[in-house]
Amino acid sequence: MSDDVRDDGYDDLLDAIEDGEGYYLECENGHGSLPPRRVCPHCDSRDLTEEPLPDAGRIETHTVIRVATPQFEDDAPYVTAVAEFGPVRLTGIVDADPEDVETGLPVGAGVGESVTRGERVIELQPR
Amino acid sequence: MGEAHVAGTGLTEFGRTPDRTGRDLFAEAGLEAIDEAGIAPSEVEHLYFGNFMGELAEHQGHQGPLMAEAIGVDAPATRYETACASSGAAVLEAVRTVRAGDADVVVAGGMERMTNMGTADATEGLATAADDLYEIRAGMTFPGAYALMARAYFDEYGGSAEDLAHVAVKNHDNAVVNDHAQLQNEITVEDALDAPGVADPLGLYDSCPISDGASAVVVASEEYVDREGVDAPVAVTGAGQGGDKLALHDREYLARTPAAATAAEAAYEEAGIGPEDVDVAEVHDCFTIAEVLALESLGFYEPGEAIGAARRGETTRDGDLPVNLSGGLKAKGHPVGATGTGQIVSLTRLLRGDHPRSDAVPDARCGLAHNAGGTVASATVHLLEVRE
Repeated sequence: MSDDVRDDGYDDLLDAIEDGEGYYLECENGHGSLPPRRVCPHCDSRDLTEEPLPDAGRIETHTVIRVATPQFEDDAPYVTAVAEFGPVRLTGIVDADPEDVETGLPVGAGVGESVTRGERVIELQPR
Repeated sequence: MGEAHVAGTGLTEFGRTPDRTGRDLFAEAGLEAIDEAGIAPSEVEHLYFGNFMGELAEHQGHQGPLMAEAIGVDAPATRYETACASSGAAVLEAVRTVRAGDADVVVAGGMERMTNMGTADATEGLATAADDLYEIRAGMTFPGAYALMARAYFDEYGGSAEDLAHVAVKNHDNAVVNDHAQLQNEITVEDALDAPGVADPLGLYDSCPISDGASAVVVASEEYVDREGVDAPVAVTGAGQGGDKLALHDREYLARTPAAATAAEAAYEEAGIGPEDVDVAEVHDCFTIAEVLALESLGFYEPGEAIGAARRGETTRDGDLPVNLSGGLKAKGHPVGATGTGQIVSLTRLLRGDHPRSDAVPDARCGLAHNAGGTVASATVHLLEVRE
């Protein structure tokens, strides 16, 4: 895949998070999911609207990655976590030292850059 | 609808053979299965073949026909890919085909060549079982994903790294006499706890090794087995598959694997039995926590209860339900695409009495195999019973 080719939906969301206007997709039954999607993964609704991503999330689970893939080898060790933002969850790299991360930690969503390849990364930023 | 019998089994040693090609690995396992069944390759009507990352490891797609050719079979051949459950899915399809009466004799199997890639590239390859956009790009690795599940489990139900160490100790101990196993060394709880961290709370000894290997079974109809006088005392009496969202963050549960529960319920219903009837199990312990999650999804334990099963001696060789007598993925090794069929091979031999650990379960009549893909977005469960 060429570096200058975008992944529509995903890159649009990262652009929006960078601009402080993050969003998620919500169906009429209140389920949250991430783009690109044409159907809610939790029910069969195709009525998906973009809703503002809540400012504050909380870490649900986390791990310190010590053995990374080549894509992140110079980033290791780093913390990857799953955080809940209301009806949607995000997986991201936590912008904090491993010893400062615990379940329940309040975080916001941002976009950072990987050390290894300078690629955009969804970041969970302690608040 | 007749039963599907396991008429032949074949297994390479699992381990580090970076120079051996995938086609040669599968040829060894496939020919052993065909020879054990005492059939001619010309009798095989279809090959169902599991492989996960042949494009990355060997620059080889379209592996079905290649592998049929490698075992002298001139028949349609299809590759199945459901990450680490690839050859579990292949067996399932083989069983369904035979039961439906569409074929009398088929081969199911799988192969993975991994150590030629080196640890870094193999780690990257394995990670592609996760969601590339939202997981891999957030630094997720395969051990990392299970570490997220382990942490969620500890937070929800309790448990510790020491509990997980007991799973590793048990499975290493089981593998000591298994010459097909990659790691035939005993370890202690202290060894496991002192090992280098991979993805907290998981360490090196919580993780399966990177492995090369292949496995195969001949699946034959009851009618064929009776007519030809094939010695095939073990039948697959229940088979099921379950699915879940690919990304962990899209799941209802972070510390449960409902896809395995779905697969198990289907298999139990088909066989007309329940978890209490199972004498021995081979479950997908790519990481120690995975064995815990599996035992709960398969109905052997309530959620939150299986974490201490190995520590309490309930799943050890002399326990009520011996789990992973082969050594499991943890010690036997995990050549991804070969693992699902490899479990069927191990269970068949355990039930027939010709596995190096058969003496632990001399009266066993029923075995369960659980094979999982990714963080269990795919799962297959097979029930094997002695039918003579």
